[in-house]
Amino acid sequence: MSANAKLLYCRCAYAQVVPQTVKDDVLAKLCESGASFESVADLCEMAAHRDPRLKAFAGNGPLRIAACYPRVVQGLFTQCGAPLLEDAEILNMRAQTAEEVGAAMLRDA
Amino acid sequence: MITHIHRPLRVVLYEGKGAIALSAESRAQVMAALLDKGYAVTRATANDSGAMPHDDRSLLVLGLFTDQKAPALEDSSGKVNIEARDITGLGTVDIVSLVDKTRGTTLMNEPGVWKPWFPVIDYSRCTNCMQCLSFCLFDVYGVSGDGKIQVQNNDNCKTNCPACSRVCPEVAIMFPKYSAGPINGDVVSEADLGREKMKVDITSLLGGDIYARLRDRSLAAKSRFSKERSPDKALEERKKCLAKLAQDGFIPAEVLEALPSPDEVMRKAEQAKARAAAALGVH
Repeated sequence: MSANAKLLYCRCAYAQVVPQTVKDDVLAKLCESGASFESVADLCEMAAHRDPRLKAFAGNGPLRIAACYPRVVQGLFTQCGAPLLEDAEILNMRAQTAEEVGAAMLRDA
Repeated sequence: MITHIHRPLRVVLYEGKGAIALSAESRAQVMAALLDKGYAVTRATANDSGAMPHDDRSLLVLGLFTDQKAPALEDSSGKVNIEARDITGLGTVDIVSLVDKTRGTTLMNEPGVWKPWFPVIDYSRCTNCMQCLSFCLFDVYGVSGDGKIQVQNNDNCKTNCPACSRVCPEVAIMFPKYSAGPINGDVVSEADLGREKMKVDITSLLGGDIYARLRDRSLAAKSRFSKERSPDKALEERKKCLAKLAQDGFIPAEVLEALPSPDEVMRKAEQAKARAAAALGVH
């Protein structure tokens, strides 16, 4: 993974399946950093209507995503005709701690 | 069919040249509030290597601009409508109101009003067996030009019903908003494979007294498929789902009335079988 990976944070705002404290804490860590990043309300919502921004995310170089289970995130992008590159890194806020996700997202910052 | 097409407005929280950075706490509060309302938010700092390209529509740029006056911005390509607002002195609630007001009457999907519930196929597991195509009564699945199973009509999917994932012999169908693994996308274990595996002949499954027939099939298949999950479960799931949808008012009476009759189910089953056979090159 390149040191210049773009950062993408998914809020999973349309369903309460990501623990609130984890997603809040990860967002706080991103906000405390000096990094620019993208955040979206819900990758599922975007995939539901085949939002073309998913293609922009997938095709814009190295990417690091704080979201959900990697199988799901890869599947959402693939379903929209925008498969992620092999080196895309997916951090799982449903299973990992905010500390783990935050540290991995910001390790180059 | 895809009906929820109203893309979120992208808001840029600008903290680069000509603007003062928000405090980390305020930044997190504003971003969380906007995201929870369905907006997409870009944090753009002086180090803009993290920003993604913008798309061909609208951007709303917010900032604590140094002269407390939002600059007039214009996209050089003329494709993007850019508006800027100064947020000096505004709290989180006021900023969200400002964004809502600026968006005006432009429609946008919003959390709490609708849930993006649809299957996602894990193509690293999918064997293109077409069981899901045959099983789904709502035409969620289709076949691509090159014969590959696809989710084509995700808005036809019935919220909170993960029944098709139960019939997938490879546990390749995920519902991201489901609570438990492996349906939610969690890693598939060997035990999951045994539990989830089930092969169903949709024609005999849904013709006539489907539940009685399924029970018979289940008993007959028990010895043969001892390691496989009971077929009752998927049908039970469908029955439960439909009952719950009706009970919770997720689907209005006219939709309930439009649910396939046994004859329609048989017709759909034949159609699905033909489509699956065509896709698989079976004659």
